[in-house]
Amino acid sequence: MHIAWNWGIFFQPAPFGDTTYLGWLWSGFLMTIFLSISAGVIAFIVGSFFGILRTLPNRFFSIIGTAYVEIFRNIPLIIHLFVWVYVIPEILPESMKEWLFDLEPSFFIFLMATIALGLFTGARICEQLRTAIQSLPAGQKNAGIALGLTLRQIYLYILLPNAYRRVLPPLTSEMLNMVKNSAVASTIGIVELSKQASQLLEHASTPYESFIAVTIGYIIINICVMKTMQYIEKRTRLPGSLGGK
Amino acid sequence: MEFDWSGIIPNLPYILKGMKITLQITVVAVIFGIIWGTVLAVMRLSSIKIISWLAKAYVNTFRTIPLVMVLLWFYLLVPQILSNIFHLPASTDIRLISAIVAFSLFEAAYYSEIMRAGIQSISKGQLNAALALGMTKIQGMYLVVLPQAFRIMAPLLLTQGIILFQDTTLVYVLSLFDFFYQSVEIVGKRDGTYVEMILFAACVYFIICFAASSLVNYIKSRIA
Repeated sequence: MHIAWNWGIFFQPAPFGDTTYLGWLWSGFLMTIFLSISAGVIAFIVGSFFGILRTLPNRFFSIIGTAYVEIFRNIPLIIHLFVWVYVIPEILPESMKEWLFDLEPSFFIFLMATIALGLFTGARICEQLRTAIQSLPAGQKNAGIALGLTLRQIYLYILLPNAYRRVLPPLTSEMLNMVKNSAVASTIGIVELSKQASQLLEHASTPYESFIAVTIGYIIINICVMKTMQYIEKRTRLPGSLGGK
Repeated sequence: MEFDWSGIIPNLPYILKGMKITLQITVVAVIFGIIWGTVLAVMRLSSIKIISWLAKAYVNTFRTIPLVMVLLWFYLLVPQILSNIFHLPASTDIRLISAIVAFSLFEAAYYSEIMRAGIQSISKGQLNAALALGMTKIQGMYLVVLPQAFRIMAPLLLTQGIILFQDTTLVYVLSLFDFFYQSVEIVGKRDGTYVEMILFAACVYFIICFAASSLVNYIKSRIA
């Protein structure tokens, strides 16, 4: 198999968008990062909320938490994206529907993709946080009760600070998964890194170069996520624990 | 809005045809993924540096690239390789084959991590005993260690199979007519029941995956 390499292609002007092919890749790269960060924020908040909900000594709350996790774990991501883009606007009340359709179309899709990806990842973070809270020794909670703390105080000052530290390593791999999952959003029309790859494939006829460039883009994002998480892990280590100050 | 569910029953033949493709990809990819993944795991634990490095590079590369990209990559590569070997005419539809190849090779990376954990959880004495009985290293691996590793990791292997089943929806990017594409893009778009078919697909996936993961939990409780 013979390949005629042509790396100069990236500096040639692209057919539309008033930029070079490299500019296309760059905009896809930025879109992947924006989408990942905003979905990551939603995932963290929602995941924490339901994760705590599932550990509360209340049957009703834990059923709600379980339902959320099961729905998002047993339905593929692409269907969630389609549901948020095509189904949810249909069943919303008229006024909200109008507001949504008044938005810039590309922003509307971005918003929906962020929510879908965020909730999808949130279900996984929820499970990790629940496992972490439940893996803490029962003595911690009991000590809090003995000191006369309320349930809210026990979570806020004792359980959560410990649980979040335990959840950091699996959280890292979940964030990496989320960056990869953001590629699925290309199916509903978000022009992110992998969509740019197939666009380049159509227009530039240098498939190998463009795919290698995109792959490198993902590797760069992965490395950044890992380094950031390692830094957070290092900064938040408890003094006195192994590896702490 | 009003939902119109009447389109599902008459279109069942199309939908089942799509389901057949989904299952085809899942089954073949699970089988090949586990076999190739096990080979990779054994390579990864090999004492020969270059072999273990190769396996590590393979696994890490596939784990950094999104599945959508891998599918596109193979859609591009497989036809060239196949036509080089078999001299296929350019018009042959290779989407299904390239999807199956992509899924098998991609999932093998994940299966190999599961199998590696399984092999490493077996105590060293087992392999040493096999060696003491005069088995070669490969025999010891094949006859003593791997059967136990499979047993321990069975629930995880099955869970990964469920994930793979869900991931097959991504053949959407190749416009391959799997269950999801067939029901939503073909039937739903044609009959104007797009919304209903999306919800229908979601329900079907939920029922199948929920039942399967309950079954895995049952097996897990039986093994433990």
